[in-house]
Amino acid sequence: MRNGRYKIQSLLALLLLAAPAFASAGGGFTVKNGITIATVALAVFALLGIVLQVAAGKGGGASKKPAYVPANARFISLKKGHDLSILGAVESEEIEEAAVHTFAVQPPDIVGMSPIPKVLVEVGDTVKAGDPLFFDKRFYRADEPRLMYVAPVSGEIIAINRGAKRSIVEVVILKDKEMQYREMPEINLEKASREELYTYLHDTGGWSLIRQRPYNTPAHIMDVPRDIFISTFSTAPLAPDQNLLVKGREELFQKGLDVLAKMTDGKVYLGLDGRGKKEPSKAFTEAQGVEKTWFSGPHPCGNVGIQIHHTKRLKVHQQVWTLGVQEVISLGALFAERRYKADRIVALTGELLKKPRYVRTWQGANLGELLKDNLVEGKKARIISGDVLSGQGKKAESFLGFYDEQVTVIEEGDYFELFGWLLPSKPRPSVSHAYLRNALKKGPYYVDTNTHGEQRAFVMTGQYEAMLPMKMLVQPLFKSIIVNDYDEMEGLGVFELVEEDVALCEFACTSKQPLQKILRRGLDMMHEQS
Amino acid sequence: MKEQKLLKFLERIEPDKQKHPFWHTVYDGMFTFFYTPNAVTPMQGVQIRDRIDLKRTMIFVVLALQLAYLIGTYNIGQQHFQALGQYTGLWEGWHLKLAYGLIKLVPLFIVSYAVGLGIEFFMASRKGHPIAEGYLVTGALIPLIMPPDLPLWILALSIIFAVWIGKEAFGGTGMNVFNIALLARAFVFFAYPQTISGDEVWISGIEKVGMAYQGMDYGWIHGVFDSLFRSLGWAEFGQGGAPVADAFTGATPLALAAKGGWEAVTSVPQYSLSNMWWGFIPGSIGETSKPIILAGALFLLITGIANWRIMVSMFLGAAFMGFVFNLWGATPFMNVPWQYQFFMGGFFFAMAFMATDPVTAAATNTGKWIYGFMIGMLGMFIRVVNVAYPEGWMLAILFMNAAAPLIDHLVKRSNINWRKQ
Repeated sequence: MRNGRYKIQSLLALLLLAAPAFASAGGGFTVKNGITIATVALAVFALLGIVLQVAAGKGGGASKKPAYVPANARFISLKKGHDLSILGAVESEEIEEAAVHTFAVQPPDIVGMSPIPKVLVEVGDTVKAGDPLFFDKRFYRADEPRLMYVAPVSGEIIAINRGAKRSIVEVVILKDKEMQYREMPEINLEKASREELYTYLHDTGGWSLIRQRPYNTPAHIMDVPRDIFISTFSTAPLAPDQNLLVKGREELFQKGLDVLAKMTDGKVYLGLDGRGKKEPSKAFTEAQGVEKTWFSGPHPCGNVGIQIHHTKRLKVHQQVWTLGVQEVISLGALFAERRYKADRIVALTGELLKKPRYVRTWQGANLGELLKDNLVEGKKARIISGDVLSGQGKKAESFLGFYDEQVTVIEEGDYFELFGWLLPSKPRPSVSHAYLRNALKKGPYYVDTNTHGEQRAFVMTGQYEAMLPMKMLVQPLFKSIIVNDYDEMEGLGVFELVEEDVALCEFACTSKQPLQKILRRGLDMMHEQS
Repeated sequence: MKEQKLLKFLERIEPDKQKHPFWHTVYDGMFTFFYTPNAVTPMQGVQIRDRIDLKRTMIFVVLALQLAYLIGTYNIGQQHFQALGQYTGLWEGWHLKLAYGLIKLVPLFIVSYAVGLGIEFFMASRKGHPIAEGYLVTGALIPLIMPPDLPLWILALSIIFAVWIGKEAFGGTGMNVFNIALLARAFVFFAYPQTISGDEVWISGIEKVGMAYQGMDYGWIHGVFDSLFRSLGWAEFGQGGAPVADAFTGATPLALAAKGGWEAVTSVPQYSLSNMWWGFIPGSIGETSKPIILAGALFLLITGIANWRIMVSMFLGAAFMGFVFNLWGATPFMNVPWQYQFFMGGFFFAMAFMATDPVTAAATNTGKWIYGFMIGMLGMFIRVVNVAYPEGWMLAILFMNAAAPLIDHLVKRSNINWRKQ
């Protein structure tokens, strides 16, 4: 895409600059000098193309199918988007044990959860891993099964923290030294009916691992999804290598896929990394009973939403389910070991860490304990649960998000900068071409949370569309959300998006519009309507 | 250290927001000009932001216009002296031409910014929002699309109309339907047509006395420059009031082409292809020099500020229409070979700086192709067919500004229908 633009630009320039040449040739435009000019123009244009390609480095242009992709596989090459290169990547593949003692399940992490769920435990209770903690009472009738959210670790409930309007924000567990697991009831995956499976998952916490599209809420309790999608690679800045996460747990992953295959009448789709940097793990490439699609391109092509759009598009009144790789593994463990195993490998990344690394811990680990002795001193840090684009800023005493497998720590940018808009003093990432340094150097960059400008009305157009590899009119969609136009929102495909898909658009926005917030408002409105 | 001193100073002089809302708005505008604010991203949503902002985007357009300003200034003087038959060579009497051009252009520039920014500041303080950067570009564009002799009060009036009615009434930067700079020009065009059409308006400092043209007397400011030039031993302006050269017609190439086709244009020795290409012909201040405008356009394309789709499709549209007229050939103007149409008038300026205004253009990529192509076709159509005034880009762009939401609507419909399949 980007290269195409350069080519057309140079072609245009040559066309226009060539005008006096054929005009001064005397007899106006003749076939002969037309051909001459066209030849010269083409030659220069080709040369320019090559120069620009070299200048742009390896990026840009349609990527070739890597050798490891099977010949008959479905391969989708995407060009829109941008790979943000920032400092603080994990270099070593070694996974360390994290010394974390407190864990929490946080109802606000679950989209659509009522502010005050029904809590089943009290402070001082001891729980085993897999014991129910609370359930959402909003969308379910009394006679329906309850969707349980369960303890990721065993231990003592030491706090149930409340936020604004008495909403419950954290159920905190102090972990035992020795993990105790709740023994789940026996279930035979081969013979069990779908209803039995569903009931089992509702009760054991397995259901909480599944999210549905549209809206990114937990899957509705009785729904049968059209299909199930799993992305096996992540393109977000500093995101963990999923191959590493599945290492040693390949069988559990496959078991999880088998479970999922029983829950849909459609198919289970795996999105595989076809960018050619690293061959995906055998757990992904040799997974059984699934449909595999290979994707190549810049971020956000690893987002499952983008993959759904290109594999089998989500339509109005349809539901599909999505899961992360580690959630599939937990699901597999529920059946293979009859335990709720919420162990997570988490990437600790970011420029303000002394040593970015992978650690093994459990769902909802305490951030302060995760980052202990690893923070660079003397800097004001923003701790992000997730990546810098779609993650959430958190305090050190807070906990890792329910679905997150990455922590990023960057510097707070609450400084004034003299002529910062005109003569920026530090190199910073940008998708814009208005900075020579960004055009020549791909990074990695030191980043901070400064907004680098003030919020304005929408002025530029086409920016969002260039950052989202979907056939979607992003800016008109956002305008329709702002004016509460339901029909247009639905028509333009708001249900295909969740926050992480538009995070890059929000980053790139010249007018500094809060797109993820606007999108969530639109999705909530749609959700209430349906 | 110095940075901190300036910051401390600025923080000390901050006016009270309640007591002096206007001055606080002005202060805020100035402060954010010096310092990017210390705002950080919220805890929810994107955690880092791209370094680009609207200030930089807008200032890049102004930068792209700087060469047009330079050549435009010089050309005001060049046209003036050429009409009088003095210093007819390009570089002869360059200091006089430059000084003459500056005397004409600087007041236009100052009035443009003073009036426009005044309204912006006032409206921003009334509405209680920060000053948006939109007028940075508009204010630089407006002098360039006006004739050099435009009275300053008409300019001021046109800007008041354009900014107040055309932009602030719609909600400010980003909300306007019509291109502000062109709205100002259209205001002059319809309200004071004698100042912007006809043969005598495009060359500065020429008046009609009886049936004959002659140069106007020079003013006191020219005298100031004269004393400077005298001390350097250079040529001076003198009194003025000289009669025009014998060959003088005052007509622009377009006016000639409308009457007599390409032959009528080329019969004037001044209108050689190279003069028309480099811009030493009469016209609006910034529109004449094609390579300079194209360099600006290229700068905007490479930095990604302006949209290439609109430029390419507008060029194609104009070329297509010119070609159709060649085939039709009913009037001498239609017979002007299509590629020569680009040497006359303000096509490139309209293409590079007017049609590409992101706020008033179509917002969708497909829409931009249609939008640009239609402007190209319509503008060429108006130029050739309109007997009263042989140029069409202003009207074509304003018309397509009005049509842009419709184009976007159709593109949206097609996306909605595709999604339903």
